Amino acid sequence: MGIKDKVAIVGMGCTRFGELWDKSVEDLVVEATYEAFEDAGIESKDIQAAWLGTVQSGLTGISLSRPLKFQYIPVTRVENMCCTGSEALRAAAYAVAAGAYDLVLAVGVEKLKDTGWTGVQSANIVGESSIGIAGAKPEYSPPEMFARLAVRYFDRYGIDTDEGKRFLAKIVVKNHHNGTLNNKAHYQREVTEEEVVNAPIIAYPLGILDSCGVSDGAAAAIVTRADMAKNFRNDPIYIKALAISTGAYQQLRQDYDYTHIEENVRASRMAYEEAGIGDPRKEIDIAEVHDCFSIHEMIIYEDLGWSPRGRAKEDIEAGTFTLKGELPVNTDGGLKCFGHPLGASGLRMMYEVYKQLQGKAGPRQVKNPQLGLTHNLGGVVPGAAIASCFIVGH
Amino acid sequence: MVGIVSIGMHIPTYRLRRDDIANAWGVRSLGGERTVASHDEDSLTMAVNAAFDCMSRRNEEVNGLFFATTTSPYKEKQAAATIATALDLPEESYTADITGSRRSATTAIKLAASMVESGSAKNVIVTAADCRLGTPQSELEQRFGDAGTAIMVGDSNPIATIVGSYSVFEEFFDLWRLEGDTFVRSWEERFTTTEGYVRVVQRAVSQFAKKYGLTPKDFSKVIFCGPDPRSQVRLAKGLGFDSDTQLQDNLFNTIGDVGTSAPLLMLAAALEKAKAGDKILVANYGDGSDFFILEVTESISEVQDKQRMERHLARKIYTKYERYLSWRDLLPVDFPRRPESQVPSVTCRWRERRRILPLYGVKCRQCGTVQYPPQRICITCGAKDDFEDYKFSDKKARIFTYATDHLTPTKAPPAVNTVIEFEGGGRMICELTDCDPTKIKIGMLVEMTFRKLREFTYMHDYFWKARPVEI
Repeated sequence: MGIKDKVAIVGMGCTRFGELWDKSVEDLVVEATYEAFEDAGIESKDIQAAWLGTVQSGLTGISLSRPLKFQYIPVTRVENMCCTGSEALRAAAYAVAAGAYDLVLAVGVEKLKDTGWTGVQSANIVGESSIGIAGAKPEYSPPEMFARLAVRYFDRYGIDTDEGKRFLAKIVVKNHHNGTLNNKAHYQREVTEEEVVNAPIIAYPLGILDSCGVSDGAAAAIVTRADMAKNFRNDPIYIKALAISTGAYQQLRQDYDYTHIEENVRASRMAYEEAGIGDPRKEIDIAEVHDCFSIHEMIIYEDLGWSPRGRAKEDIEAGTFTLKGELPVNTDGGLKCFGHPLGASGLRMMYEVYKQLQGKAGPRQVKNPQLGLTHNLGGVVPGAAIASCFIVGH
Repeated sequence: MVGIVSIGMHIPTYRLRRDDIANAWGVRSLGGERTVASHDEDSLTMAVNAAFDCMSRRNEEVNGLFFATTTSPYKEKQAAATIATALDLPEESYTADITGSRRSATTAIKLAASMVESGSAKNVIVTAADCRLGTPQSELEQRFGDAGTAIMVGDSNPIATIVGSYSVFEEFFDLWRLEGDTFVRSWEERFTTTEGYVRVVQRAVSQFAKKYGLTPKDFSKVIFCGPDPRSQVRLAKGLGFDSDTQLQDNLFNTIGDVGTSAPLLMLAAALEKAKAGDKILVANYGDGSDFFILEVTESISEVQDKQRMERHLARKIYTKYERYLSWRDLLPVDFPRRPESQVPSVTCRWRERRRILPLYGVKCRQCGTVQYPPQRICITCGAKDDFEDYKFSDKKARIFTYATDHLTPTKAPPAVNTVIEFEGGGRMICELTDCDPTKIKIGMLVEMTFRKLREFTYMHDYFWKARPVEI
C-alpha cells in the first residue's frame, strides 16, 4: 500500500510571486511549465497527460492546454481550496503509479491581484446548506477564522495576549528573514518583532503582519516512474507519501478545542505512516508549511507532531525552526513572503523542498537534507478543512 | 375577562445624545438622549425581540399576531408572517400588519381583544415597533427614538383587564409621509398641537370618562401619547389630572418618541410600578384617538419585574451622529475592498427556513449530540436521519472563542464573530452584536437576538446574532 518510491519528480519550475500586474494566467503557466521542461530536459510533446490546479483562475483543463498548445492529450483541472496545487501533483503522481502514463505534468496557478479586492474571494456555491447562498450565516474573513484559534490557544495555555503576539512575531520574523534570501519571493525584506506586534490589527489578536500576502504566481512539476527517473537526471526527488485529510465538520462537536486542527494531525500521521517515519521531528530535515497566518504555523508545530501540545513556544524561543535550527521550516519565506495564490502554493512549496534536497537552494541552503515535507490547509477553518501533507526525499 | 397577559420590550442598546445631533448642525438641543436602532435592526427585528421577551414571561398558547408599525421594512409583503415564523407560532395563527398610523398598536389591541372575546383566538400578540426618520437638522430627528414593545392580549389570567375602550377618528395632518418620502413631514406645530392633539384628545377623554362614570381621580396613571412631549403636560392639566403624580413619564429624555410603540412602552413602565386594583387610562393619538381603561389584577404580582425599564435604560452604548447617519443610509460610507457578498437565494432560504427564522438545530436520538445547523448524519455517532428538532433561539450561551474582523464589511466595524456554546449543548458560529469589542471575554454570557445579517437592496437577510447579556 502507498506510493512510497514509486514515482519521482524530475523537473520543476516556479515563477516569481508577487503583484504581477503585467502578467496573465497564461503568462504564468507558460513561465512555470517551461522552466520545468528545461529542468527535466524534455519538450512539451513528451508530456502524456496533465493536471491543472486552480481555484478561481481557470475552468477545465483547457486553461492549461490552450496556453501550452498541448496536442489533444488529457488535461484535468482539480480544485481542493488551499491544497489545490498539491492536489494537482497528487493526481499526476497517482496516474503514473497506476501505470497509466510514464511522464506527466502538474501545474498550479492563481492570479488574485486582478480582482481589485484585498484577499481571496469566497466560493460561489449553490445549493449546499452549510456553505451555500441561503444567507443566514455570518460572514468572516480568513484572518478572523484563524484569530479565533489564537484567542483560544492563548487562553488554554495561559499565555497573555501581548506575550502570545511576541511568539507569533518570532515566526513572522523568521519567515521574512528567509524571504530575503529568495529572489522569487513577493516580499524580500526583514521585519522586526516590534513592527509585527505593533502592526494594525486585522483580526484581533492578529495584526496585518501576522497575515500572509496576496499575490499571483505559478509552479509546475514533471512526474515520472521511479525506475525511469534517472533517464532524466541524476538527482531526481522521490515521492515518499501523499496524504490528504478532509474534515467531517468538526465545528459541530462540543469537544473540539479550537487549539488544534484535526485535519493537520490526520494528514501528517497518514503521511508519516506511508513514508515509514517514526520520529518526524528527527527524520524530517526541512518543511514547507501553510503559514497563512502566524498562529497557524505555531499550531502546525504541534499538529504535525514536532512540538508537544502547548509547548510550541519553547521551540520558537529555542529557534528550532529557523534556517540553522533543528528542523528548518519555511526556508523559502513561506506564504508569509510568497503570498498565497491558492492553486500555486502547494507546488511552490514542493519547488523549494525539491531544490533544497538537490542542494540548489543558494544562500538559504540547509545542510544535507534527506527528507522534506510540504503541508497545506484550506477550506472552512477550523471546522471543515482539508489538509495535505506530502513527503519527498532521495 | 380579556386583558393584557404579558408585556415585553426591546430597547436598542445604542443611544445618541441630542447635544451631539444639535452640535453637528449648530441648532438648539432638546436635551437628553434618544435610542437608535443599530445598523442590523429595523422595526421587524425589534418587534421579534419584543415579542420574544413578552412570550418568555408567560407560557401561554399564542395563535395570533399583529405587527403594528409605520415603518415596515416591506412596502409589499407581510412582515407579521416573518415575525410569527421567527417566534415559531403555529401555522394556523392569524397574522396581519397594521400599518400607517401612530394608532396602529391600539388599533391592533382592539382587534386582538375582539378576537379573544369572540373565541377565535386564545392569545394574540400585538408587537409594535418603529424606527422613524426625522430630516437631519430637524427637531423631529432629535425627538424620535427607536423601540419595540409587545403585549399578549388574552383571557388567561391577565395582569390587567380591559374594562373599557373608546375611539374617535379625525382627519388631520400633523405628521405624515407620502409614497417615497424618507422623512416624516410635519405642519406648523402650534396649530397641530392646539387644534389637533390637545383639542381631539381632551374632548374625547371627557366623553369617554362620562360614558364610564369616571373622574380623573379614579385613575392611578394616565398614558398620553402625542406628537410632542410638552403638550402632554398641558393636556393632563387641562383635563384635571395631576401631572406630577398621575401622568406616566413619556420617556422623552431617555428613549424618545417611539411612534406606534409609544403607548405600549409607557404602559409597560406603568405596569412595572402598578398594584392590583389600579386603573390606568391609555390614550393614543394619530388621525383621531384610541382609549383604553385597564384595571390591574392580582396576577400582576406573579410576573411583575420592577427593575425592567431601569435595566433597559442602563444597558447602553453611545454612538456617534455620523455613524447613525450611515446606519440609516443617509451618509454613504466606504467599505474594505472585499469581494461582494452573494445575495441570498430565496429558494435556499425557503428550504432552510426552520434553521433560519425559528433557529432550529437537531438533537441526535441515538447519542444526544445537539448540532447546528441541522445535519442528516450525526457528527458524533454517524446515525442517519435520526434526529429531533432542537430550538436555540430561547437558549442562553457562553462565548467559547471569538475574534474581531476588520476586513468583513459592516456599518459597525470591527465585526465580531464568536463560537458560542449553548446551555444544554450545541455550538454555533455566530456574529456578536451590541457589544464593545474591547470587552469581550471567553466565558461571557450571551443571548440570541433577531437581526439583519447583511445589507442587500433587494431583500432583507434576517437571522439571529448573539449579544452580551450584560455590557
